[in-house]
Amino acid sequence: MSGAPGRLVRIAGPVVVATGLDEARLYNLVRVGRDRLIGEVIRLDGDEAVIQVYEETSGLQVGSAVEDTGAPLQVELGPGLLGQVFDGIQRPLPPLAVKNGEPFGEPFIRRGVQISALPRDRLWDFVPTVTVGDIVEPGTLLGTVKETATLEHRILVPSRMRGTVTRIQAGEAPVEQPVVWLDDRPLSMMRRWPVREPRPTAGRLDPDAPLITGQRVIDTLFPVALGGTTTIPGGFGTGKTVQEQSLARWAAADVIVYIGCGERGNELTDVLREFPELSDPRTGGPLMDRTILIANTSNMPVAAREASIYTGMTIAEYYRDQGYDVLLLADSTSRWAEALREVSGRLEEMPGEEGFPAYLPSRLAEFYERAGAVRCLGGGGREGSVTVVGAVSPPGADFSEPVTQYSMRLAGVFWALDTDLARRRHFPAIHWTRSFTLYDIGAWFDHNVAMDWEERRRWALELLHREEQLQSVVQLMGADVLAPSEQLVFLVGRMLREDFLQQSAFDDVDAFCSLEKQYEMLRIISLVYETTRRAVRDGVDPEAVMALAVLADVARMRDWPPDEAAERSRELETRIIEDVEAL
Amino acid sequence: MTSRALRVIEFQTVEYVSGPLVFLEGVHGVQYDETVEIVAPGGEVRRGQVLEVDRSRAVIEVFAGTRGLDVAATRVRLGGDAARLGVGVGMLGRMFDGSGNAADGGPPILPEAFWEVAGLAMNPAAREHPAEFIETGVSAIDGLNTLVRGQKLPIFSGFGLPAAQLSAQVAARASVGGSDREGFVVVFAALGITHREASFFRRFIEDSGALGRTVMFLNLADDPTIERLLTPRVALTAAEFLAFEKGLHVLVILTDMTNYCEALREVSTAREEIPGRRGYPGYMYTDLASIYERAGRIRDHDGSITQLVILSMPDDDITHPIPDLTGYITEGQIVLSRELHRKGIDPPIDVLPSLSRLMNAGIGADKTRFDHRQVADQLYAFYAEGRDLRRLVAIIGEAALSEHDRRSLAFADDFERRFIHQGGAGRSLEETLELAWSLLDQFTTADLKRIHPETIAARRRGKDVPPPDQQADDDGS
Repeated sequence: MSGAPGRLVRIAGPVVVATGLDEARLYNLVRVGRDRLIGEVIRLDGDEAVIQVYEETSGLQVGSAVEDTGAPLQVELGPGLLGQVFDGIQRPLPPLAVKNGEPFGEPFIRRGVQISALPRDRLWDFVPTVTVGDIVEPGTLLGTVKETATLEHRILVPSRMRGTVTRIQAGEAPVEQPVVWLDDRPLSMMRRWPVREPRPTAGRLDPDAPLITGQRVIDTLFPVALGGTTTIPGGFGTGKTVQEQSLARWAAADVIVYIGCGERGNELTDVLREFPELSDPRTGGPLMDRTILIANTSNMPVAAREASIYTGMTIAEYYRDQGYDVLLLADSTSRWAEALREVSGRLEEMPGEEGFPAYLPSRLAEFYERAGAVRCLGGGGREGSVTVVGAVSPPGADFSEPVTQYSMRLAGVFWALDTDLARRRHFPAIHWTRSFTLYDIGAWFDHNVAMDWEERRRWALELLHREEQLQSVVQLMGADVLAPSEQLVFLVGRMLREDFLQQSAFDDVDAFCSLEKQYEMLRIISLVYETTRRAVRDGVDPEAVMALAVLADVARMRDWPPDEAAERSRELETRIIEDVEAL
Repeated sequence: MTSRALRVIEFQTVEYVSGPLVFLEGVHGVQYDETVEIVAPGGEVRRGQVLEVDRSRAVIEVFAGTRGLDVAATRVRLGGDAARLGVGVGMLGRMFDGSGNAADGGPPILPEAFWEVAGLAMNPAAREHPAEFIETGVSAIDGLNTLVRGQKLPIFSGFGLPAAQLSAQVAARASVGGSDREGFVVVFAALGITHREASFFRRFIEDSGALGRTVMFLNLADDPTIERLLTPRVALTAAEFLAFEKGLHVLVILTDMTNYCEALREVSTAREEIPGRRGYPGYMYTDLASIYERAGRIRDHDGSITQLVILSMPDDDITHPIPDLTGYITEGQIVLSRELHRKGIDPPIDVLPSLSRLMNAGIGADKTRFDHRQVADQLYAFYAEGRDLRRLVAIIGEAALSEHDRRSLAFADDFERRFIHQGGAGRSLEETLELAWSLLDQFTTADLKRIHPETIAARRRGKDVPPPDQQADDDGS
């Protein structure tokens, strides 16, 4: 704490004004009133500091003391984050509900309650990787801790610190106890970091590899790069939540940070209940072991909703710096933008589009730009990434509203969830002509999966596009007007949509589709197209093609066990060629 | 409202009276959000709440309105406490005004506790996921938009549509409970509705014998507008006490939230705040969330709060900020249709834009019936198709339709007249689903794409329905 306490001069909802905070800097954290409510300085105007308060301000008075903590809003970083559920300012929620030994004895969030984010009494087995006399710099690996059964938590030298290791304390220790001394300065396993400040790296990497999700429509058609950004806009009932849960479950990320921002309490409960029951398909352990949930429902204080996005991002960056691939899911950025709007209104700022403040696009940009694949500080070739998936809830499913538009402009991938597809039970309801990806990572697939991956992908996109154009013709004039070759486009287009793009999140085999299997499935469909096109050109009736029994097996490709995909597809390929020739 | 005065400071420094607000100068020790008493020149005492404190000046909203207040003689007494409600089981069967004072001529209740009406946010980690089916007796709800305990579901109505009847019907039925289900107690909050509507509701509940299990808070159309900002919070505070302290299942009916939002706008305008969409304040989303999110269940606790919120869409416009923001907080919506109402369909529920987001959690073999989801999906699909065809027929005539289309078209009419229309009678879920099947019987197995073939086969064997191919012949003749 620095300086004498200031005094409140004005209170109006979540925004209060104090004077006398001489040394307060912008975004410093302050403690307001007798209950020491947490607040943040968001504007300085002469002697006056405007503060947004993260808790209910009822009962505050003019003259109440305001203490400057001398530091901005920070989160605690260290072992013990994984598996936790926090509110927007990193207070762990389950412990807040405990009272008199009953786990849910205090179901309402009281004001002014302080609980540390990281459990202080838990012991971690620190295994040093440096020895006394080593010279270390920011980011150097000091040692490791087994945080969960599968994740090795890497304790690094904090940024802006360097020196010689003078003492090491291996073995079990709580997070706050020193484990390494640099030039006799003690260092524990816990770090603090201001949430609004991006954590430093040794440099950005060009995104050149995909985040594999096992979802065909994503990996094949609209892949997101490791360290890339995605926007999912979707109206009511388009399966946004199921989509996010599939991603959280199957994406090839080491750590998942899920931010429930301004969501419904009852729906968040669903996530909180569901996630701990799911198992991590990659390790077999509980999915929560690689997950951190941040929950700030719509009725929790609006300023904390605004902060929740940054809290989540900082935690994501922390694991990235250890060399992990992190997936950050934010649901939804619209609610976060509304929190900005609300605070802006309280500040009596001039409103921009739809009442949102004029700085909405720059704030969104700052957030999305914190995603990325990076070279980590400290050398050793450590690389990590934060991939961001931001859900948007456009009012009335109208994509022309500002948050959707700005997000589209910033994000590298756009997965347009379509109400009509959802109504027709086409899941995932990601629309193939309205969605796009800007990441040019076809080369990775060509190199790692199959030489002609990108070529086939382009073929599929083009065919789907042609089918859609033909659809509009058919709607006007009937299917009879189509030429035989166009009828094949129709047939294969439907095959792509129904047998390839549709994927059941609830089916044990189909929920995750390996890249090899995706490739084989697509290869077979394009084979059907090539062979039947030749046959039709040679005078075969398209009706006869459509009646081929072997096509039913194409629809069943999704049930192939992943490790048999290559073998099964060779077998199916032979039969298709034979049966088509027999025509 | 009963308040416990800890200290009393009085000021006679009113500087300015405007709309529902009183601006007080030269004050000290005022707490943000605290309740105050305003003593009018004639000695009459009104209640108010501090909206803003700025140095020596306080802005106070006066629930009973500012008429008759002046600058010279009006005095303001500070109580030093947030608005509180004395709560107790004695509230059951009683009627209160919009601030929580007994209004049925009876004595004040004996409070067991004093709870802050603003309420606290429920810890998401302590919430229980709502999954218990509530039988409302309304087919369009039970069958297609199932309500569960702890859910908040608004009824999007229009002026002149019978939302009050629907909610009274639901309340009366839910309060009785089923053979295996515990009944609800009902907390009814009237926000600016007419005497006629309020007494209709009261009579309906009385006739159903549930008055002793009902608490009513009435802020009627001719009651002070600004008090409406308090009424839903007072009602929910009573509900929280009954639910989480006494372990009761509580059904809260708030009607009409449009009046609430207008009161919110009135205060915002009087404070000269920057208006958002259609003049409603930018914080309306958060304000509404602080009301709607007070529904739910708590882990390891018995009771529950279910909200049925009625709001009138101005000009039947579903994109108006009030229904729009509400829809983003509540778990679905029931939409009433003027067109169905004109056709004499009662209740006039348009199921296509209606939705219950928690339906899946509350239905199925162990909760309602195993075929519930399939039947509901099929009804939706056919009705949607039939409605599309109606538009088409208006353009090209019925002659151009295929046999299947003609059947879907007939289904849409049938569905409205027989399934949606109930004319005030209640139906059990069993009756609702059987009725649905009887509407589906005219379709072939191949037509019923949303229903598992085995489900159909089993049913048709049991019911002795003619095999599908024979049916097709019948229809084709």
